[in-house]
Amino acid sequence: MNLSDIQKIAEEENEFQRAYKYRINVCCSSGCSSFGAFKVLKAFEDAVKEFGVENICKVARTGCVGTCSVGPTVLVDPGEHRYKCVTLENVREIVQGHIVSGIPVKKYLHNHGDFFRKQHRLVLRNAGKIDPTRIQDYISAGGYFALAKCLANMTPQGVIQEILNSGLRGRGGAGFPVGQKWNLVARAHNTPKYIVANLDEGDPGVFANRTLAEADPHAIIEGMVIAGYAIDAQKGYIYIRSEYPLAIEVLQKAITQAKSMNLLGDNILGTQHNFDLELRFGAGAFVAGEETAILMSAEGRRAQPRPRPPYPANQGLWNKPTLIQNVESLANAPLIILNGGTWFKSYGLPNCTGTKCFSLTGEINNPGLIEVPMGISLHEIVYDIGGGIPNGKKFKAVLVGGPSGGCLPESTLEAQIDYDSLKNVGAIMGSGGIVVLNEDACMVDTARYFTDFCIDESCGKCTPCRAGLARVKEVFDKITTGKGELKDIDMLEKTSEYIINASLCGLGQTAPNPILTTLRYFKEEYLEHIINKKCKAGTCFKNENIVEE
Amino acid sequence: MAENFMITLKIDGVQISVPEGTTILKAAKDNGILIPTLCDLEGLTPYGGCRLCLVEVTGSPKLFTACTTPANPGMDVTTNSERLKNYRKIAVQMLMSERVHMCAVCVANDHCELQALANQLGVNHVAFERHFTREPIDSSHDFLVIDRNRCILCTRCVRVCDKIEGVHTLDLKKRSKNTEVIMDLDEAWGDSCSCTGCRKCAKVCPVGAIYIEGEAMSQTKNPDVAEFITARRNRK
Amino acid sequence: MSAAINTSVSSNNRARIATVWLSGCAGCHMSFLDQDEKIVDLAKKIQVVYGPLVDAKEFPENVEVTLVEGSVANEEQLEVLKDIREKTRVLIAFGDCAVTGNVTALRNSWENSDKEVLERAYKSPEDLQAAVPNMVPKLLIKTRPLHEIVKVDFYIPGCPPSADLINYVLTELLAGKIPNMEGKAKYG
Repeated sequence: MNLSDIQKIAEEENEFQRAYKYRINVCCSSGCSSFGAFKVLKAFEDAVKEFGVENICKVARTGCVGTCSVGPTVLVDPGEHRYKCVTLENVREIVQGHIVSGIPVKKYLHNHGDFFRKQHRLVLRNAGKIDPTRIQDYISAGGYFALAKCLANMTPQGVIQEILNSGLRGRGGAGFPVGQKWNLVARAHNTPKYIVANLDEGDPGVFANRTLAEADPHAIIEGMVIAGYAIDAQKGYIYIRSEYPLAIEVLQKAITQAKSMNLLGDNILGTQHNFDLELRFGAGAFVAGEETAILMSAEGRRAQPRPRPPYPANQGLWNKPTLIQNVESLANAPLIILNGGTWFKSYGLPNCTGTKCFSLTGEINNPGLIEVPMGISLHEIVYDIGGGIPNGKKFKAVLVGGPSGGCLPESTLEAQIDYDSLKNVGAIMGSGGIVVLNEDACMVDTARYFTDFCIDESCGKCTPCRAGLARVKEVFDKITTGKGELKDIDMLEKTSEYIINASLCGLGQTAPNPILTTLRYFKEEYLEHIINKKCKAGTCFKNENIVEE
Repeated sequence: MAENFMITLKIDGVQISVPEGTTILKAAKDNGILIPTLCDLEGLTPYGGCRLCLVEVTGSPKLFTACTTPANPGMDVTTNSERLKNYRKIAVQMLMSERVHMCAVCVANDHCELQALANQLGVNHVAFERHFTREPIDSSHDFLVIDRNRCILCTRCVRVCDKIEGVHTLDLKKRSKNTEVIMDLDEAWGDSCSCTGCRKCAKVCPVGAIYIEGEAMSQTKNPDVAEFITARRNRK
Repeated sequence: MSAAINTSVSSNNRARIATVWLSGCAGCHMSFLDQDEKIVDLAKKIQVVYGPLVDAKEFPENVEVTLVEGSVANEEQLEVLKDIREKTRVLIAFGDCAVTGNVTALRNSWENSDKEVLERAYKSPEDLQAAVPNMVPKLLIKTRPLHEIVKVDFYIPGCPPSADLINYVLTELLAGKIPNMEGKAKYG
């Protein structure tokens, strides 16, 4: 295999696909398959045969098309006609109307408003368009060209330079410049070197990485091989949680295919570069997404973070230099190599380039998986892409960055999506979760809920996170059962400050964010709970909330 | 040899020289500056869990655990600012409130590092509500006893069992505040087939969680235990 | 709180001191008496107006310093403590039980410990056929240290606190200084 072979495969595949006038993409990601997408897929295949249009219409299993709340969703090309909530009953009608008669069946079409208008799908470029279980689909969409380009025309340092030029920052949440990280590992003296791709999203309501893996596994693999070439690593691991069975299945298939086509393994594309890839399964702990805990878990040990320094770039997996990168960052790499860092910079902000995937959930009209350029405002995400709040309710807050993100009120909605602006208003980029809350939500209860989550997920290693969060929860229990005192607010603030500054890893260092932001923006609700013993939302002061020990 | 390469740094305003690779904790200790610790014990793998040895390094907004951070040339370390003192007091209070720490009825009374630290730091009361756990005491072993209600999860016992005795009978189970030290696959200590009965776990326990039945604490908590462990560790 | 002890309210220019015994073993009071010759100096500066060591029946008003030994285990003690707080300027948690709950709080590990502890005390062994006496004040669900109920100004931990420490804290307070407890107090 070499570049010309890849080009040949791409041409053949394109030829093959051009033979079809229509292409029905049935989203079979976790979301839609829970609505029965695989049965719908089968029904489409049957219906196409039944109507005798299998020669002009290709039915394909694809990854997420974005609109997760109206699954199973089906996308019919050409024209990107999106059908929502497709059931087994209306499959025949759609095939008959759209494919046989050539007229889209309007009553089943999804009116998604501006959901897609402000999005830029770079990482999710192939999501919902290619069959993730066929490597030919990926190659025909330009896949593995970047890898071939690297191996044929670029030096490892050149690859790193291109990534540096792009300004890409780590998508796992902290936003460390990716090129700089690659450089650090490349310069580390010890060998062998490893790459660990982080696919352990533990946040409630976040599914961006899972969806990416389900929709476009080869983008992750290609990114890893490119990174391997750049930093001279020959072994990579994708750390994925066992709760993602579909993603595991898709990735495993993709790895096997890539190996069979010599895109993984020894002498990749006939060059000297070797790179092997393996999946590592996590038992599903939130903390295992932390970069040192992931190493412990990948080594087969208890997922407990270890102090830095030493940094994983020098002493990571089995104390060898290790590049730990979120899968979204890795999936960006092929694009940057192919189109150049300057092209990548045209998206987003000067100091925060590119796009970011978010899982948009909560009380919102268009929940789903979105990819937006950096610098877009929260307002645009909530109202333009998300379509506002359903049932005429009022917006109350948006939680950005998962359970350790910040609860932001209306007044901060003009804030831009980038690492620094979010930090200024008290939130974090985190793993890319956006949860919208409407006026029915009690902010004290929301903060309590997320504190609870972090308590459960704390690994128990360091005192501030383990004991501190538990003490904070007691204060919440007091406040939400009518035993709160004014001094409790002070205690919340002081303990939160301690937990943030003294904790070992990112979990503890960010866990008090919901507390601090709700105290900052919704203090009146705390006061109402404490002084008037009232909860406007009606969630607190119920008997079942009272925790008797 | 790298070990002979000396570096110079400042700790609490004092200029000191230590061999490269020395932790801040050791560098400070060798120069008469004592930083409080609980989970750290010389000779054991640094852990960085108790967060008592946090220090400030000029130029970094973050705090560093002295037990795990190697001293770097030119570092300017503060070990005893008001903020750090306050954080240490909070840490001790959190540890004391987490489980049942009633010194008067503890086997380790007067031989307990947590008690001594509370005393030293002037933690004369615990501002947080105390928790009263009720873990059964495992005294099934011939002479070793574990009372998990007194455990502060420093994992000294786990590390000494793994790295020094080389057995790894002890480890942790569960997460967060429910974390517990267990024997083998969570069996009664008396049923553990890997435990050699070496007593090192009891010797390194900073509190009264693991103790030896019928042996005076003054004998168990021999102050030379760190030296002993370091010697064992260096013996190849 | 200012540490200065006001001696003018008493007739003999001595600070009005009270000691109180809640749920505890009286060991702290023993330690108080154990100050040896130092108690003679102290006695010149204080007037003990209430406590197990003197005869007063009612807790008086305008007490400068009250040393409270023991934790709060029942409803009566809860009321007593609140009353004391109102009538005292400087309230000192005196000894481990007052500071941490200590032995008296060990029952907190059990759910329904308020009932169980009484039954264990009065009804076991079972053939004793005794009943829980009804004149015992109702136990609280949990035994609490003082500061979880009222504001406490100083803490003297120890089981019991050493006589020297008690003397040090009182002497410092009487001299208008705030005692520095670092390295002095010891639990247990």
